[in-house]
Amino acid sequence: MPTVSVKRDLLFHALGRTYSKKCYVFVYKCACSKHPFSNPVIQTSEKDIISREQGDTKAEGASDVILYKIDVPANRYDLLCLEGLVRGLQVFKEKMEAPRYRRVSPTSGEPQRLVITEETAAVRPHAVAAVLRNITFTQERYDSFIELQEKLHQNVCRKRTLVAIGTHDLDTISGPFTYTAKPPDDIRFTPLNQAQEYTATELMNLYKTDSHLRHYLHIIEDKPVYPVIYDSNGIVLSMPPIINGDHSKISLNTKNVFIECTATDLTKAKIVLDMMVTMFCEYCEEPFTKETLSGDFINRKVGISESTERIAQLLTKMCLRSEVMSDGEQIEVEIPPTRSDVIHACDIMEDAAMAYGFNNIIRTTPRTYTVANQLPLNKLTELLRQDLAAAGFTEALTFALCSQEDIADKLLKNISDTRACHIANPKTAEFQVARTTLLPGLLKTLAANRKMPLPLRLFEISDVVLKDETKDVGAKNNRRLCAVYYNKSPGFEVIHGLMDRVMQLLEVKPGRDEGYHIQAAQDSSFFPGRCAEIFAHGKSIGRLGVLHPDVISRFELTMPCSALDIDIEPFL
Amino acid sequence: MDEAGCGGCQVISAEQRSSKHWELTGEGCEIAEQGSHEARVFSSIPDEGMPQGQLMKLAFGKVGFSKAMSNKWIRLDKGHEGGPRVFRTVENIEDSVRDKLLVVQKGQSSQLEEKEKSELKKRKLLSEVTVKSYWITKGSLFSTTITKQETELTPEMIASGSWKEKKFKPYNFEAMGVAPDCGHLHPLMKVRTQFRQIFLEMGFTEMPTNNFIESSFWNFDSLFQPQQHPARDQHDTFFLSDPAQAHEFPLDYLERVRKVHSEGGFGSQGYKYDWKIEEAQKNILRTHTTAVSARMLYKLAQKEKFTPVKYFSIDRVFRNETLDATHLAEFHQIEGVVADYGLTLGDLMGILHQFFTKLGITKLRFKPAYNPYTEPSMEVFSYHEGLKKWVEVGNSGVFRPEMLLPMGLPEGVTVIAWGLSLERPTMIKYGINNIRELVGHKVNLQMVYDSPVCRLDA
Repeated sequence: MPTVSVKRDLLFHALGRTYSKKCYVFVYKCACSKHPFSNPVIQTSEKDIISREQGDTKAEGASDVILYKIDVPANRYDLLCLEGLVRGLQVFKEKMEAPRYRRVSPTSGEPQRLVITEETAAVRPHAVAAVLRNITFTQERYDSFIELQEKLHQNVCRKRTLVAIGTHDLDTISGPFTYTAKPPDDIRFTPLNQAQEYTATELMNLYKTDSHLRHYLHIIEDKPVYPVIYDSNGIVLSMPPIINGDHSKISLNTKNVFIECTATDLTKAKIVLDMMVTMFCEYCEEPFTKETLSGDFINRKVGISESTERIAQLLTKMCLRSEVMSDGEQIEVEIPPTRSDVIHACDIMEDAAMAYGFNNIIRTTPRTYTVANQLPLNKLTELLRQDLAAAGFTEALTFALCSQEDIADKLLKNISDTRACHIANPKTAEFQVARTTLLPGLLKTLAANRKMPLPLRLFEISDVVLKDETKDVGAKNNRRLCAVYYNKSPGFEVIHGLMDRVMQLLEVKPGRDEGYHIQAAQDSSFFPGRCAEIFAHGKSIGRLGVLHPDVISRFELTMPCSALDIDIEPFL
Repeated sequence: MDEAGCGGCQVISAEQRSSKHWELTGEGCEIAEQGSHEARVFSSIPDEGMPQGQLMKLAFGKVGFSKAMSNKWIRLDKGHEGGPRVFRTVENIEDSVRDKLLVVQKGQSSQLEEKEKSELKKRKLLSEVTVKSYWITKGSLFSTTITKQETELTPEMIASGSWKEKKFKPYNFEAMGVAPDCGHLHPLMKVRTQFRQIFLEMGFTEMPTNNFIESSFWNFDSLFQPQQHPARDQHDTFFLSDPAQAHEFPLDYLERVRKVHSEGGFGSQGYKYDWKIEEAQKNILRTHTTAVSARMLYKLAQKEKFTPVKYFSIDRVFRNETLDATHLAEFHQIEGVVADYGLTLGDLMGILHQFFTKLGITKLRFKPAYNPYTEPSMEVFSYHEGLKKWVEVGNSGVFRPEMLLPMGLPEGVTVIAWGLSLERPTMIKYGINNIRELVGHKVNLQMVYDSPVCRLDA
């Protein structure tokens, strides 16, 4: 959930009144509707923040103006700045009507044009633009404008990958503008806040060490051509999504702002442009969309029984101007361009529920009649767990992800023989593969508990993951039972006894064909001559034996250890 | 009062008494008899003085010399002819050390001040002695004959009846018993068992969640989660390199999903972007068990006639997130789903109320939230009496029509769902602050051995 910070006094000024200490709860309650508890709004100051993050000494001299940090739902881009928040609050309090936006042609001449050339298809194919005219910036408005741009970049723009915003002083440049793409060495301009010209290649090097901009370089770095916007005189406006030109930078004195959004996703580009424009405008180009729905629909979905008029009123409070139509049943709802999150009648229904207040809705019990069933595999697992604990073994709970080393090298196996599923993007070696056996987890649990009195008896019944061509995803889980006995003597007879007990619990009798039996087997993880394969109903279900001394030492253990590892799915 | 003979047999009873008094040490006795070292030095020195070397040879010389010097009873003439020589400086002295020791020797130590006593103690002339004594009286079972006490009842005693005449040594009921030799269940799994029980009591059927690897299609696309959503990022989700792709999908359904994302439909404008099957095919470690709910709801929709269902699951999910004290790359998700005609938001809140009441939580509040596949979406908060604040306990919502209708569920069917993590309530219940102390191979087995039974409503 994004957080917006606004200066308290500015917020009060914009709301036209001040509030007592409790007010921030109220502010939030209105902004994102009902939330009369917890404190999503945190009162703080720049000084507090710096001192918390960097220590008191750095915080000296920082501003101690009170800030409110307000959580905003991730799809409500229209609440990401002071202007949007205030508008939402005022409309909710019915102190202001939901705004209507309209597009206005410039008083003199033609609208500005942005021409998109074919070359951009290779790197960043979409662009949209708009002009804000006769704007008066104050320091606060300017800061809010920059901050909204940054918030949008971080959220809906997905760190500039989907959309990048450039803002320019229109009076320093002249249209029509061209959005094109060129090889990096052919682009040359003076970037924002620099004194000299660089080529795009030089710029990419320059910004490699820039703490802010280096995060965006990867978006175009390996492309043959870089996107660039020129004005009619060949002045570079920007090289999206990296940097603007210095020539057209906006300042407090800027009167007319040219906003361009370049994108890989056209829908998102339009949302972003709408946000930039509607939050700071008198003018906008986007017409309204209208939805009609019935009051009954809202009542049925929310579980309330309000009149159609009341529902229209609730929606209007949420900036969705609504009117009851002549039949008295249907409601016509205007969706402003700021509300890109509204794409279905259910989104309108949610706004009505929020305006009504979730916590005011009467809680009811559905009359859905059903009979409960356990998943047979989980039922068996639950029953076996109880009896394994009764047999003196303690349950471990280990991770399903581990390193390749855990399931291969440390068990003296080859990774290619494991049928392991490999993770493409692990942040550390701990998450390289999904486990193919429960044994490494149990051995690591032993290693972490070497100080505990011996013997240690552990078990786990859980899933491992194996590649399986017959499944739609090419892999399947397999429910395993694994147990270890760790003591000064290997205790093969103990682990063997446990296996006999498990078979007894599963109603499998000793015997060759229909029963179970074990026979000597070769397995590199086990001490030679001390490993047996377990057969039940004529099928191999797993192994038991004394672990190989090298396995023991690779898991940083020092005592002999015997282990049991079986598949319990055949017993369903 | 202690009972002699240990425990309660009371042949005699004894009361312990202790007293303290001051005693002269060996050196103290010598001084009481012959005077302090410094006094003896003083008196050894004749009027014409004495060479320092000679004085130092005396047994009391060294200690006496320095004390007498500091008392200014004597002086040292270093430049004297024939070597350093010691002279008296006063006529008479008063040997207060000896006097004080004599007072103590007479048993009148209380006449001295504590400071003086501790000064003498420091000089190792006095020591404080504690005398412990017992005051013995006849006990309630006083006897002049001695019977040997038996420690334990034996089969022979039972057979012969001799136990009737024997006296048995009493037990020490203060000691701990011997721990039973048994295994233990893991606390998180005990809590899982209870949650399972709650769902079963409420008539919910368990979903088959034994598939950690899922395609992006079922994990995201079928839930109407757009392909550029941050949750689908490398930073948040584990993608698989092998097997990298899923290869089987219900194709007509897949087409309806593509359409609702890219063009809209079912009353929705859709997200209007270029939906790619390549994204949907990517295999991942499932990020939520809702992927399984999607499969189950799709399966339900393929039945000839819709029947209402209540489903639940508790199983592992995986996030490629930054790890900290409360976040691991894998955790258990608890999920409940109800599908029926005409369910309302009020029903969702009502069923959550029932569910949480079974956990002993009755104060619930709901806060608007955003989730791509539910609308409305609500975060569930409960009032924590210990922490004195509202804490988030779960997420809930009504599945979007864009998710349900492409599956083929009837138009009037509403599906409500909620989810929470298993670890968080367990950590709160057992007072554990670091998740690594609860889950994984680094847990202390003693914690597992010692964990109580789990009663969530208690």
